[in-house]
Amino acid sequence: MKIRKIKGAAMVLEALREEGVDQVFGFPGGAVLPLYNQLYDSPLKHLLVRHEQAAVHAADGYARVTGKPGVVFATSGPGATNLVTGIATAYMDSVPLVLITGQVASGFIGTDAFQEADITGITLPITKHNYLVKDAAELPETLSEAFYLASTGRCGPVLIDIPKDIFDQEAPFAYSVHCDISGYKPTYVGHMGQISRAVRAIKNAKRPVIFGGGGLIRSGASAELTRFAREAKIPVTLSLMGLGAYPGSEELFLGMPGMHGSVAANYALTESDLIIAMGVRFDDRVTGKLETFACDAKIIHIDIDPAEIGKNINIDIPIVGDVRLVLEAILERMKAPNTEAWLKKIDTWKKQYPLPDGGKMVNGCLKPQAVIRMLSDKFGPGTIVATDVGQHQMWSAQHFSITEPRTFLSSGGLGTMGYGFPAAIGAKVAMPDRKVLCITGDGSFQMNIQELATAAQYNLDVKIAVINNSCLGMVRQWQELFYDKRYSCTTLNVNPDFEKVAEAFGVKGLRAENEDEAAGAINVALETRGPVLINFVVEQEENVFPMVAPNHPIQEIITGGD
Amino acid sequence: MKHVLAILVEDKPGVLTRVAGLFSRRGFNIDNIAVGETVTPGISRMTVTVECSETIVEQVTKQLHKLVNVVKVSNLSNQPSVMRELMLLKVHAEVGNRSDIQQIVETFRGKVVDVSPDSMIVEVTGNEEKLEAIKLLLEHFGIKEIACTGKVALLRGSKVTRES
Repeated sequence: MKIRKIKGAAMVLEALREEGVDQVFGFPGGAVLPLYNQLYDSPLKHLLVRHEQAAVHAADGYARVTGKPGVVFATSGPGATNLVTGIATAYMDSVPLVLITGQVASGFIGTDAFQEADITGITLPITKHNYLVKDAAELPETLSEAFYLASTGRCGPVLIDIPKDIFDQEAPFAYSVHCDISGYKPTYVGHMGQISRAVRAIKNAKRPVIFGGGGLIRSGASAELTRFAREAKIPVTLSLMGLGAYPGSEELFLGMPGMHGSVAANYALTESDLIIAMGVRFDDRVTGKLETFACDAKIIHIDIDPAEIGKNINIDIPIVGDVRLVLEAILERMKAPNTEAWLKKIDTWKKQYPLPDGGKMVNGCLKPQAVIRMLSDKFGPGTIVATDVGQHQMWSAQHFSITEPRTFLSSGGLGTMGYGFPAAIGAKVAMPDRKVLCITGDGSFQMNIQELATAAQYNLDVKIAVINNSCLGMVRQWQELFYDKRYSCTTLNVNPDFEKVAEAFGVKGLRAENEDEAAGAINVALETRGPVLINFVVEQEENVFPMVAPNHPIQEIITGGD
Repeated sequence: MKHVLAILVEDKPGVLTRVAGLFSRRGFNIDNIAVGETVTPGISRMTVTVECSETIVEQVTKQLHKLVNVVKVSNLSNQPSVMRELMLLKVHAEVGNRSDIQQIVETFRGKVVDVSPDSMIVEVTGNEEKLEAIKLLLEHFGIKEIACTGKVALLRGSKVTRES
């Protein structure tokens, strides 16, 4: 059979078709002109953002809700460097992305040509892998490898930099969605000996706790986890990245652990004799001071990435593998421990230390926690929530009822302000029939506020809740608690009228300053097709509690009872 | 302690940067590094010496394995192996002391590879200790310049570090 020759730009689109990609996110420019020219005749859907950073976050939101790699197009130089924050965000949270950037023509590389930036060099530490293509003949294999790497093992972003002339160069095109990379062989099935040791440890445990994270969601292990927890009667705590992997409404659920976790979760980890950790990486926001973290506990750690095991904390029973497969194997052999007394103790903690709800309104000001609870009630289960970063993010994690996997999108590892709104856009594009809500802050929202234009252009039914306390609340909270209330550069008393900004972009804007207005505005938003922004003006002094001071033992938790 | 890692990598553009970059961004210090070919076409061998604890070297190894172009990582310090470095020393030498230098070089089974009216270049191979020792002796005459390869190493016996 004669292999047909096509241009590099056509190869990119053919590869996307072969990989089942029907949606990309991007922004055109000089070096990708041939690619966008090819796109003109293609059925591939392209969402035009207003800043390349938003394209990555949107693709990231798309990937988090679907599990499929998100695809981004951007031009060379500033187009490519604008992707950096988004790529780092996806890298830290193990989100599969394939990013195609244009590069100056091959002959100009290394000459400081117009719009030239060494994007493979720049993104080396924040991609799972990257490529600079020097010949169109390499493109089919490179594209296939990129999709394979992005979406297997521990997922992550993969970037392909393609010089402008390579898009126009013709070469033979034969595509295979399967590839074999000699230095890349992820382990999926757990070691049987280790699994047996884990089963024994679980059977003998008196105070076991399941500590799950984003890996549960990536591997689709929610059903297995739920069965495991219920059958073994072991309480569950989930990191920010794990929220949704286990229904938040279940009796055995403890909430998040760590810095803004629940008292019950932190006490349970501290007093536990067996932590069954799955798809987590023992981040400092969870462990607090490492030396005092769960000193009495044996730790089983299940993770697909061997480098995570033993990285921050010593592990007694390491199991490298896909969490879902390992859980299946454990379930087949498991004998439930007796946890009756332990659960009773935990229940006392849960009753004694409920999440602070902010209490009554002061001077008629809205409480942010109350707004989140109201949003949760009115939007209902199954809503996809994308948050930004800061106080509103923690309140959302604490007070929004998250019952399904892939419905809570948040920048956990990198903590990227500006993530939420474009991620919500990507989620809506992926799931047009689901309710999508972006919960953001007045600080975060202004980092990608230009995407109101995108939402308006495509009439995307994304609702935006701005929890507006006229300050950079989380930093302000730290200044209040740890820096003598010296509020350096955290007051935003010159905020725009967000509802008017929205209107100017062609997006419906509403304002709510008390509970009645809030309820009314949410009702209007729910009845309206298309994007709606609600500016919730909330009390500035409200802080996120419980809280563990950084690098303190997690049992030293400030509950904030006033 | 010092660890000598043999890292087999695909001979792809940027692979040295990937490996070196990983060490620096994770805060691991490279003592020295040597890169060269292997018996398998397309596969290069990097020999990297790092000074760190057992826990850190384990983490380094795992992180190296995650690089797509890294095919195999093997810690040679835990196994019997032959380790060598090559050093070139330009020594201040005059008619009067050339034979003294020559004698030292012979004792260390080195070679004089270049002579000029007021200097000699000495080539010597060996492990770190031996190179340190000859350097110390030649310092007496005045060393003008030193060039050193990184350490290279092979396992003793018939065992090999292979890509699969």
